[in-house]
Formats: sequence, structure tokens, C-alpha cells
Amino acid sequence: MADRHPAPQRVLTHHGERRFTAVEDESTSPEVSTSPADLVGDLEVIGAPRRVRGGSGAFPDARSRRRYLIVLVSLTLLALAFASGLLAVGNPMPPGSRGFWLIAEMRTTNLVVMAMVAFCQSVATITFQTVTNNRIITPSIMGFESLYTVIQTAAVYTLGVAGVVALQGTGQFLLQVALMVGLSVLLYGWLLRGKYANIQVMLLVGIIIGGGMGAVSSFMQRLLTPSEFDVLTARLFGSVTNASSEYLPYAIPMIAIAGLLIMANARRLNVISLGRDVCINVGVDHGRQTICMLVLVSILMAVSTALVGPMTFFGFLVATLTYQLAGTHDHRLLFPIGALTGFVVLAGAYFVMNHVFYAQGVVSIIIELVGGSVFLLVIMRKGRL
Amino acid sequence: MITIDAVQKRYTSGAETVTIGPVTTQIPSGGVTALVGPNGAGKSTMLTMVGRLLGIDEGSIEVAGYDISSTASKDLAKILSVLRQENHFITRLTVRQLVGFGRFPYSKGRLTKLDEQKITEAIDFLNLDELEDRYLDQLSGGQRQRAYVAMVLAQDTEYVLLDEPLNNLDMRHSVQMMGRLRDAARELGRTIVVVLHDINFAAHYADHIIAMKNGGVVEAGPVDEIMSGDVLTRVFDTPVQVIDGPTGPLAVYY
Repeated sequence: MADRHPAPQRVLTHHGERRFTAVEDESTSPEVSTSPADLVGDLEVIGAPRRVRGGSGAFPDARSRRRYLIVLVSLTLLALAFASGLLAVGNPMPPGSRGFWLIAEMRTTNLVVMAMVAFCQSVATITFQTVTNNRIITPSIMGFESLYTVIQTAAVYTLGVAGVVALQGTGQFLLQVALMVGLSVLLYGWLLRGKYANIQVMLLVGIIIGGGMGAVSSFMQRLLTPSEFDVLTARLFGSVTNASSEYLPYAIPMIAIAGLLIMANARRLNVISLGRDVCINVGVDHGRQTICMLVLVSILMAVSTALVGPMTFFGFLVATLTYQLAGTHDHRLLFPIGALTGFVVLAGAYFVMNHVFYAQGVVSIIIELVGGSVFLLVIMRKGRL
Repeated sequence: MITIDAVQKRYTSGAETVTIGPVTTQIPSGGVTALVGPNGAGKSTMLTMVGRLLGIDEGSIEVAGYDISSTASKDLAKILSVLRQENHFITRLTVRQLVGFGRFPYSKGRLTKLDEQKITEAIDFLNLDELEDRYLDQLSGGQRQRAYVAMVLAQDTEYVLLDEPLNNLDMRHSVQMMGRLRDAARELGRTIVVVLHDINFAAHYADHIIAMKNGGVVEAGPVDEIMSGDVLTRVFDTPVQVIDGPTGPLAVYY
């Protein structure tokens, strides 16, 4: 009942000497019933709520809205700091010279790739987790990365070291994206359309196909010569230096369109996160919406994987951090935080690798190490996913 | 009026096929209609088919004159709301946010002043105003159940289908819940269809009872007609006596 009568409460705390009168005042009105049922009747008669009510939107109260804004601004600042750090720090050429700009330009390409990967992985993972109603899986397990590994391994297996070169080029890039999207669309279409449409079965089949392809790759890798294997291994670590700038004119529009379509459906994603029954109840076509979203997720994942290679843990980590940081269920607000968090993690990891440890190219290690620790810390502090 | 016409649903498990139906019955407009019957009679299946959560194999269902298979789901969402007994959400929502989702058919996620008003009304109607800013995972089972019901009431549909709303509720909360549902039918003019396990709750709070058994409707009518020892014994396959209690007929079966 305390928040129904906020005024006397405040009087009590601020003026101790009025305590007695205030208490007496309360006790002399016994005919005022405080049982919830009576109060509700009261409210219905008046027809308007007494206190300001709200919080049916993205945030329950003003505090969480403020918190969200602070997080958004801090992440933006961090992202800018890491981006300029990566651009400017450690450029061996004198500032302003031709060489300086050349190096800065190459670094800009890397930054653009990082931003793309961060966007793809975070938006795809959040959407995937919402659609599958499961927050401990990532779209990577649906065979994208195993397919990438198989393609790379098969190329080296059949063509030798030349295979790596044979896979570079815009056509090959687009072909890889098409293969990955095709595989997942087949999987979704087959497993989510039929009579026994079931997302759990789809996940299981996806994981099994992924595992099967992984085994095929391992087998082929066993038969490679050590030098071929060495060349291959470099391709199988996720790294933004894998991306060539000639892919970007194709990759950026694909990502933009898929991302915009997902954004346009953000409000429906909010409903999907409540599960199939609630979704249908409020009139959202759950089956169609699910398949559309999964196809868009597969485009984002395929582009990201074909661009830089496997990033298994990254999307999951970013999505989990995003839920903690954003403090809302509203996907329209989750996606910006997700993309920024992804960029900060990725750019931060590269910055630390390049300028603190001077160990370029093994960034996935630092992402998984630091990211994993942060993840565990958050879970232990908050006690929930 | 909900018209169920020769509706069938087949479940295949291995070589066995379980068939629900063909069911032909009508649920009148207004008041509370209770679906009762033994386990496996097909009550929940029937309710979820009317609520279009489950496909129909044969036959047709009309709600207020709209065929549920051919009417767009988003239009049906303004006529009919349905709540299953188990709800599990991955997102963390407050009661008010959850109830807000009941307005999705109208506002598509952009809540207007009218939506806020309807949300407040639904919350107050189920006595949740003290809890509206609490997260669902901080509530007891009974409170959470009320929040779900508030969500479907906020949807402002003429027909409200609830699958075992008393599941996991204690005596006091069950009585409160049924009282509120009856009020919703009388004061707000809703047609409430509930699956109930306790025949005495049905007898006291419902206006009509539909008794199902082995996938078919065996009895349907006003409470007085169904509340007789003979009828209930036949429906539940267990000896039932109906006696006059202080608040109406009582079925005694133990």
C-alpha cells in the first residue's frame, strides 16, 4: 500500500515530530478499505489511475531508459576510441605523407570489415536466439562454419596450395555465400514446413550435419602435406585480414538489405520471443515469420563467414553481453547495442593484439579468453542469462 | 457463437492412430462455458483448435461467423484470444510489458493512449496494479497466471479461450480467478471458454458445460442439466453423486 499514499510517507521521513499525528491520521480512517479488490473497484468507478502509470513499452521505468542511453553513449565512445586507435596508433610513416595515408586506407578497410562482422554476427545471433527461443545457441552451429571449413579444405585437398588462391575472387566469394544460404534455406524449408515442423529437430539436424562436415574436413586434413595444412590453418582462423576489399561492394548491400529487413520486423520479433502460442494468439504468422527471419539470419552469417572465416564464440558472446547491457526486450533497441558491443569487442581485441601483445592474427584467442571471462563474470553476478 | 462442425484431429504414434472427433457442437455467446471430462478426452485439443494454435484435419470451426481456417490470423486476433496452460518466455518482462503485448493486434507494437488505458484496465481488473512493474520471474505461480490472463483480457476480444487456468493455483487463487473470469463475462460482456478439471468449479462459475469423453462431446447444456449423478457418472466413468450444497449443486466422487 506504501506507494498508493506516497505523500504521508514522505512527511514521516522528513519531519520526525509529525510521526504521531500522521500515524493517528491514518488510524482514524478505518472505513477506508485497503484490500486490493476494493481499491480496484474504486479505481474502476473513477475510471482513471491515481498514479502515473507507464512502462508498457521497451523500459519498465525511467531509470532503465537512462541506463540504456548511458550504455549506448559509452559504447559509441569506446567504439570511436578503438577505431581511431587502430587507425592512428603505430603508423610507421610520418603523419601526412603518402605512405601514412596508404596505411591508414588499408586499416580503414579492416575497420569496415570489423564493423560488418560485428553487425552480422550480433544481429544474426540475437535474431536466431529469439526465433529458436533459446539463448544458449548460436547460428554458427547450423553448419555455416563447417561448410566453410569443408570448402576451404576440399580446395586445398584437390588443388594443393593453389586451392587457397583459387577460392579468392568475387565470384568465388559470392558462390560460397550462395552455398551457405542455400544449405540453410534447404534445411529450414525442409524441417520447418512439414507436418512435424519443429525447431528443436531442425537444430539437432543442423548440428549433426555440421558435425558430419567437420569430420569430412578432418579426414581430408589428415591427408594433406604439412605445408598445405599450414596454409589451410591460416584460412580456418577467423580474421578480418582474410577479407579482401574487392568483396565489400557486394557484401555491404547484402548485409544492409538483410539488416534492414530484420530491423523492419523488430516489433514482430518482440512477439516471437514470447513463443509460438502467444505469437499466433496476437495474430502473427509464426511459421512464415520464423522462416523469413532464419533466411535473413543465414544471409548475414554466410556473408560474415565467407568474409573472415569462423567466429564461433563471438556472436554468442556479443548477444549475451547485449541482453545484459541493454536491459530491454525490445529488439529495436537490442540491435544497436548488439552491433556496437560487437564492434567494441572486435576492435578492442585487435587493438590489444596489435599494440599490446604485438601478436597479430590470433584475435579469436583473445576474444574467447577475455570474452569468456566477462561472460562468466556477468552470469555469476546477475545469476541469470 | 462458436460453431464446431464435424471437426476431427488425428494423432499418429507408431501404428496407432488416436482420433479426436468428429465433434459437432456450439458454444453460445456470453457467459462462461466450461469444457470438462476425463484425461485424454480431447478438451485441450478442441480448445487449441478453436484458438487456431492447432490445425484441423477435417471439419470447420466458425467463431462469430468467421471461419478460423480462412480468416486472416491478424483479424481473428481481434475476435478471439487463447491462452495455453504453459508459458515460458526467454525475455525478461514486467507484468505491464507482458499485458502490453495483448494490444499487438491493434497497435502492432506502437502503443497508443487507448492501448495504455486498456492495459491499465486489464491489470486493475486482475488486481495486479501493485505488481505491474515487477518482473514475471519475481512472481509466484498464481500471480504469473493472473498476468497471463490479464494479457488476453487486454486483447479486448469477444471470445477468450483459457486452457486450464486453474492449473497450479491453490484454493484461494482458484476462487479469485474464476470469480474474475465470471465478472469478465458478466461485466465486460466476454464469452469465456475454459477447460476445467474440477467439476464443482464448473458447476459454480460456469453458465454452460460441455462434457467430452473419448474425443467426442457426450453432453452439452446449462449447468443444471449436466449436474446430475447419472450424467456425471457416465461422463467420468466413476460413481458421482450430486448433492445440494450451501452454494449450489456439489458433485461428490470420493
